[in-house]
Amino acid sequence: MSEAPQINDEHVDMEDVEIRLLLEAVFHIYGYDFRSYSKASIRRRVLHRLNLSGLPSIMEMIDRVMKDRQFFVQLLNDLTVNVTEMYRDPQFYRSFREEVVPLLKTFPFIKIWHAGCSTGEEIYSMAILLEEEGLYDRAMIYATDIDKNVLATAKKGIYSISSIRQYGENYLEAGGKSSLSDYYTCKYEGVIIDQRLRRNILFADHDLATDQVFGEMNVIVCRNVLIYFDRDLQRRVFQLFRDSLDMGGVLCLGTKESLNFSGIVEEFEPVDGQMKIFRRKQVAL
Amino acid sequence: MSHAGIRAVVIGASWGGVNASIRVLSSLDASFPVPIFLAQHQRYESESRLARVLETRTQMRVVAPEDKEPVLPGVVYVSPPGYHMMVDRNATIALSCHWPVHYSRPSIDELFFSAGHVYGGGTLAVLLTGANEDGAEGIRYIHQRGGITIAQDPATAEAPVMPESAIRTGCVDYILPLDEIGPFLREQVSSRRK
Repeated sequence: MSEAPQINDEHVDMEDVEIRLLLEAVFHIYGYDFRSYSKASIRRRVLHRLNLSGLPSIMEMIDRVMKDRQFFVQLLNDLTVNVTEMYRDPQFYRSFREEVVPLLKTFPFIKIWHAGCSTGEEIYSMAILLEEEGLYDRAMIYATDIDKNVLATAKKGIYSISSIRQYGENYLEAGGKSSLSDYYTCKYEGVIIDQRLRRNILFADHDLATDQVFGEMNVIVCRNVLIYFDRDLQRRVFQLFRDSLDMGGVLCLGTKESLNFSGIVEEFEPVDGQMKIFRRKQVAL
Repeated sequence: MSHAGIRAVVIGASWGGVNASIRVLSSLDASFPVPIFLAQHQRYESESRLARVLETRTQMRVVAPEDKEPVLPGVVYVSPPGYHMMVDRNATIALSCHWPVHYSRPSIDELFFSAGHVYGGGTLAVLLTGANEDGAEGIRYIHQRGGITIAQDPATAEAPVMPESAIRTGCVDYILPLDEIGPFLREQVSSRRK
């Protein structure tokens, strides 16, 4: 026997219900699964798009999303936060260079999965770092994102000239060995990343919410992606990462992301606790 | 108004806000029965120093939280620089790097919107000194949800623009001099608790 469900304004928020319906519609029509994303975070971004669209309600938005692919593409761009920069958190790259690179130098071949690579700035940051450390020719970077549009941008490697100055400063702060300008050329209003850096990058679309393991990795970089997921989805992804990492493999998270609520914290040890670099423990089989 | 009691306090501050927050928080201690969330505009490079500074000036625990950290009473959660800090329905912290709001990340509005949504009429919002208009829309929303809203008396603010723009919304319940805000919070959480 079960009790009758309580009807309570505090708990049944109509707006929350509408947002759930919207995410269901997006999933069933377009295949993108945002249903297990952090509610607080997704709500703000849906309301932002609602505001810009001039539509009167989320219900109207659902109707529009179901009929209008172009509108969906706009919404997708809001739902997948694509905020990134080259050498974002320079201290992370400095730590990676100092703490992880010596380990990688002992490997004959290095496979790196950068999950949620967005428009690619952090991929090229890593490629340059590995190049400078003499490791790039035996490395492969698997760059994945849920959104094909941003992957197309990442492949091109063309960025706005207005941000490049900041990137140059980040690069030096991250321990760069020459000048960032050695790795791009200016063209019209943009800069294009040295095409040679693309030689060991493989771009592919991959949805952390639904897709599976696709290889054994030595390093997984997934920074400021998991914050958008709810705790259950985070747990799923952490297990996916664990299963994708070699023993002794390295996991790099965003500086405000934690392994504490992951369900796999016991299986990892910190390499740099503050920069959120972890290593999967070696376990005797 | 039918307040079920204050369930959370949210504070927004910008220019001059560190000193102002210290004045408010220094009169509170760990027995404060609800969580406090503080969004303070700060430069990204300043890392989480703010939490450490505040910690030395109040008897409450102060943290710059990680994502998904459980929310506890008697603790001050300071938005980490570079992130919007929000709260999820299951009482955990939700951080986000989405676009800056009013040129700010953290944004006060983003915190106020999410807390107002989750805590409804149990939200008590305080807007302190600042030189831009972040927080005014958040005050309006919390007021609509039945929460209590306070603006620092602009005459006592290092930068009056922020409290003034909140007051202009017509949604501010109390305008208080800086020194009276801490004691007022203590009084509100004790008298409205059941």
